[in-house]
Amino acid sequence: MGEVLVVTSGKGGVGKTTTTANLGTALAMMGFRVILLDTDIGLRNLDVVMGLENRIVYDLVDVTSGRCRLKQALIRDRRFECLSLLPAAQTKDKTAVNPEQMKVLCEELKQDADYVLEDCPAGIEQGFKNATAGASQALVVTTPEVAAVRDADRIIGLLQADTEMRHPKLILNRYRPQMVKRGDMLDVEDVKEHLAIELLGIVPEDESIIVSTNKGEPAVLNVNSRAGEAYRNIARRIMGEDVPLMDIEENGAFMNRIRRLLGLRTG
Amino acid sequence: MLDLLQRLLGKEAGNSKNVATERLRLVLMHDRMDLTPQMMDSLRRDILKVITDYLEIDETSMEIALHREKGSIALVASIPVVRMKRLPTCV
Repeated sequence: MGEVLVVTSGKGGVGKTTTTANLGTALAMMGFRVILLDTDIGLRNLDVVMGLENRIVYDLVDVTSGRCRLKQALIRDRRFECLSLLPAAQTKDKTAVNPEQMKVLCEELKQDADYVLEDCPAGIEQGFKNATAGASQALVVTTPEVAAVRDADRIIGLLQADTEMRHPKLILNRYRPQMVKRGDMLDVEDVKEHLAIELLGIVPEDESIIVSTNKGEPAVLNVNSRAGEAYRNIARRIMGEDVPLMDIEENGAFMNRIRRLLGLRTG
Repeated sequence: MLDLLQRLLGKEAGNSKNVATERLRLVLMHDRMDLTPQMMDSLRRDILKVITDYLEIDETSMEIALHREKGSIALVASIPVVRMKRLPTCV
């Protein structure tokens, strides 16, 4: 029986979908049975980031309303036998599903997976309530910006007040060490101090994320992607391994490229 | 050196983080206090009501805000006094 993790943030555009796709793929790479669940009804994107958009037949709402069986709606990823996606409905809205139905669905998904990763919509309304209903652990994604951290704080407050998830974990995304160094970006310690929850990992800003999204191939599949490496580390922490935070304070991209050429990859 | 170059080129560098930290601190404090602007307003009115019984004050430059100092939150009010009111002497 698996675990249901919800990836949430409050604010949009901080990397929930990217995080869900990459962590799910990384866990599947390690051999775990993973089901990705897109709960962003009306604005689905996880299918595109995973490169599975052309294979959708049924969706989440078809399952919860009984129009098809769960097995028919799950899309198996051809790269990994043990990875599949349950896409959100695109033509409905968030009221097409309720938290009770989500609980039932998550119970069923847990039977056949080690990890169920839910991509939560932005906001704190029905979509958020749906996504958190069946989850037992929350991963809060934020970026080092005032607006994103503020919304993360609000989400953490709601999770702790209204759900069983008292100890959500933090993923700091799109971190730019160079900007931090010159004093133009909130640093890890600032964000940790304000949000006061456990930091699960830091993901550096990385152009390879855009390239990977263009292709529909999660960055964890690319051994040269710094962000991919960060996500692989986070996946290992999720499964309980003690992995030190990767050396984010690198000596610039140039030195890094040289190290990589020499086979001395950092982290 | 890089900083100097950036400054010469007119690029801003090196201080926006402190601004962000301070703004974040204040915005989180307000969010967590759960004091709505309406509540803040009514607090301000009530304080005013009490004080004006004793002092004549300059309402336009009165400032009331929540501040956090070393992990605790303080309500700091700056209320310029124009003059004391003559109180009827007791006894």
